[in-house]
Amino acid sequence: MSAAPARDYRRFLARSSFIEISARERARAILDDGSFRELLGPFDRLKSPWLPLQGIVAQADDGVVLARGTLDGKPALVAAIESVYQGGSMGEVSGAKIAGALELALRDCEQGRPILPVLLLETGGVRLQEANLGLAVIAEIHAAIVALRRHVPVVGVIAGMVGCFGGMSLAAALCSRLIVTRQARLGMNGPEVIEQEAGIGEIDASDRALIWSLIGGEQRDATGLADDLQEDDAAAIAAAVRAAFAQGLPQQERSAQVELYLKRLAAIDPQQPPDALALRTLWNGAAKA
Amino acid sequence: MEKIELDYPARHVVPRRVHVGVVGSGDLEVLLEPSPDQRAHVLVNTSVDGFGVVWKSVLDRFFQRFEGAASIEINDFGATPGTVMLRLEQAAEALRT
Repeated sequence: MSAAPARDYRRFLARSSFIEISARERARAILDDGSFRELLGPFDRLKSPWLPLQGIVAQADDGVVLARGTLDGKPALVAAIESVYQGGSMGEVSGAKIAGALELALRDCEQGRPILPVLLLETGGVRLQEANLGLAVIAEIHAAIVALRRHVPVVGVIAGMVGCFGGMSLAAALCSRLIVTRQARLGMNGPEVIEQEAGIGEIDASDRALIWSLIGGEQRDATGLADDLQEDDAAAIAAAVRAAFAQGLPQQERSAQVELYLKRLAAIDPQQPPDALALRTLWNGAAKA
Repeated sequence: MEKIELDYPARHVVPRRVHVGVVGSGDLEVLLEPSPDQRAHVLVNTSVDGFGVVWKSVLDRFFQRFEGAASIEINDFGATPGTVMLRLEQAAEALRT
């Protein structure tokens, strides 16, 4: 599926951006009108106990918004990460909020009350100040996604502009269906980290065209690592989430297609790595079938 | 990191809780809720030390017009006084709508 180019300026001006709104507004924009109900909101003051010890002011919701509501009348759960706070990083509390909510949704699914889970992923990955505790909860999120997707599709959205990196890129890869925009990025290490560790000869993190050609939403969609490329339009993304659930469980989860991905990796010659366009031809978006 | 606490007189109760803003670079979040008594209480957590006088000036000016008995918690990540005032005004406006 590919997004129609927004050439009609009236349509372009009429759309309401998804990227520019906060995590709370994003969750509200996804759910049916008036159905948004926040769990563990800012007034519950479930904050990071670790950041103030390191001289950093903590946000009252630790940068994660959990909302119950409905999608076309069906019970749903949205977990939205606020990228403006600490780069959307996963700390002990923010990660546990997501993992705990997914585990409760799993319990409901097991008792015959399906909950449609949506993850709005906008995160640099683990919060370095909380190190192992952050990594531990990211593993819990992974486990919860894998358990939950036996019952219902787990739908992920990466809209940008932070993108989705580190341990949380694995969470994105575990989603049954992944929706991206052209502005999104998905990868294990961010370009700055690669440049810092391997040198500017490996990658020039300031070359935005290069970065987006490699790990941008359009490339991830064209190579089958994402399922749906959408414009930065809140209504279009909300509709894409509903369409993703309407397709039901995938025949085989992307992360279960081990043979396919081993074959794809074997097709690459590390001595002569393909550029972005060549990779599309090489992989041909085969996983999208 | 610094904590600043200030109290102001109030004339009426506030009807509900309001949350605005984000603890992002140069920004802040405001949590405003009904106060347990007839006064307004402000708690500022700020990442920038040594600006107590500026905080008091901004809040003194805000409370010249805002008369609600609110408990206000501010989590600040280096916002300028202008941004602080805009977020406070935004919270006050959200109370009215």
